[in-house]
Amino acid sequence: MESIAVLMTKPIYSYLQAELEKRFKVLKLWEAQDGSRFLQDQNQIIRAVVSDGGTGLSPELMAALPKLEIVSSFSVGMDKIDLGKCKEKGIRVSNTPDVLTDDVADLAIGLTLAVLRKLPASDRYVRSGMWKKGDFKLGTKFSGKSVGIVGLGRIGQAIATRAEAFGCKISYHSRTPKPESSNYTYYPSVVDLAAHSDILVVACALTNETRHIINREVIDALGPRGVLVNIARGATVDEPELVSALVEGRLGGAGLDVFENEPNVPEQLIELDEKVVLAPHAGSGTEETRKGMADLVVGNLVAHFEGKELLTPVV
Amino acid sequence: MAVTGTNQSPPALSATAHDGDDSLPVVLIHRFPTFTGSLFPSLPTHFRLLDLLTTDASNLQSATAILCVGPPPPVTPEFLDRFPSLKIVVCSSVGVDHVDLPECRRRGIVVTNAGSAFAEDVADYAVALLIDVLRRVSAADRYVRAGSWPVKGDYPLGSKVSGKRVGILGLGRIGSAIATRLAAFGCQIRYSSRKEKPSLPFAFYKTALDLAANSDVLIACCALTDETFHVINGEVMTVLGKRGVIINVGRGSLVDEKELVEFLLRGDLGGAGLDVFEDEPHVPKELFALDNVVLSPHSAVVTPESIGTLQDVVIGNLKAFFAGQPLISPVID
Repeated sequence: MESIAVLMTKPIYSYLQAELEKRFKVLKLWEAQDGSRFLQDQNQIIRAVVSDGGTGLSPELMAALPKLEIVSSFSVGMDKIDLGKCKEKGIRVSNTPDVLTDDVADLAIGLTLAVLRKLPASDRYVRSGMWKKGDFKLGTKFSGKSVGIVGLGRIGQAIATRAEAFGCKISYHSRTPKPESSNYTYYPSVVDLAAHSDILVVACALTNETRHIINREVIDALGPRGVLVNIARGATVDEPELVSALVEGRLGGAGLDVFENEPNVPEQLIELDEKVVLAPHAGSGTEETRKGMADLVVGNLVAHFEGKELLTPVV
Repeated sequence: MAVTGTNQSPPALSATAHDGDDSLPVVLIHRFPTFTGSLFPSLPTHFRLLDLLTTDASNLQSATAILCVGPPPPVTPEFLDRFPSLKIVVCSSVGVDHVDLPECRRRGIVVTNAGSAFAEDVADYAVALLIDVLRRVSAADRYVRAGSWPVKGDYPLGSKVSGKRVGILGLGRIGSAIATRLAAFGCQIRYSSRKEKPSLPFAFYKTALDLAANSDVLIACCALTDETFHVINGEVMTVLGKRGVIINVGRGSLVDEKELVEFLLRGDLGGAGLDVFEDEPHVPKELFALDNVVLSPHSAVVTPESIGTLQDVVIGNLKAFFAGQPLISPVID
């Protein structure tokens, strides 16, 4: 298998690269002086691509690799890969579900708590020596609040399970109601979900239907004491609307791990340092989980080239 | 809470009934002069409140009830000597380490605390601190705000919360609430407490040292007593290990703070989330540069929602006392 050429689109994770290099001939697109020339030279041997959620497989890259058999993505999100086109061309696609579910759910709760209880702001307060001058202001209670989840997939469900342990009332919106979650209230409309929630958590995949699913109407329904938490994809939220709602006080607060144009974060969000908590797309960012994800990426490639079933196929 | 000295006559408390209704039972308010917060708004409806710092000495002789707001100066034998008729000390905090409990017992004075008014909020905060330390929530927030993401790239990886072995020191109302929450994260809960609680499905360890040997995280949420002073000491930290994390939402002196700072600076401890310190509001400056430490100004307790519940508990205890009924949250030593 050492002669099989696998293209990495970017440096993703050193452990992943090392594991790939043990088994395959790894070509590194980012090291090429001239990317297109490099691809032209190598395109007869590249049979696999390893990419991540943010980069995916661009149409240009797909077109440049006639021998491509499989894309193994270091992510659960598939929004940067044209799955329909892959299916059409017989290109397999795998992702990394389940291994990162806990981490992302943990961070969703962590961001919610950080916003409501003003944790980063309190930490800054102490570090700046302000405590000697007086007490910091109050946060608000998390336990018992109403939590609305947009998208009740693996991650949404894991968030719900955690929030329930805090006595939170859980409701959700998804494409169709989930009969196995009958103890949660289902809302066919995201606006209604927002209107009935203190905290709205976005946990859905990014698709054509969910682009800007959190729009001005939803944000206004969530209201001046409402909090939005996004651990999904930046584009599920109309970011300029979110920013103006926060600046104008029409929304109470936000905990954001993802943005429309990462790694760029709107300047106004940086200024709102008491009602907003920002994270640099760190949902799956632990040693334990990234290693698990890497093992899945490698495992899917090995399975494919051994003629076996993919471990976690999407296409 | 911040306490700064003043030599002027103490600022008045708001909501003290000056022309108090004489038919209402008398409650003396015990506070530091610098505490000027407004009292629970419903108190004057039920009781005639007299501020200890400004009231006539004659009122001290007959008073049977004292309400501590603050935290207040310590309730010592000398303090208690001033109130020969005192029968109840009502505290507005969970921790009553500022009250000489054996002395109160000796004099037949009952003490009440905040009961479970704060349990959920403190538990929420302990979990918040833990996730923050392990997942670097505050540090990463700083990183993004400093503009480092586009320049330096991704933030270094944190450590997974779910599935960690969490050792809880003190399984009272707060400890139990923490256990319930973290169990939902798939954490493996174990605990140490004065008495084992066989009805709970968590592994019990007799000592903090044994608990530390079997935990990735230690959460201190027990009362501060002679026995628990510096219960988390250098030995416990060594056994907890280089990747171990300490969360303290109890009292600063549960942890040997000097040792903690040394361990953290040497990299012999994985991290710490601290809401309380040995000499508040002073926080060891050496901690300010560390990204694996989260610092907070004794805020675990207070949210507007819980202040309302606390008022109910305080009024409930006082009303029960004056009516000769069972108290809501007596501190049983």
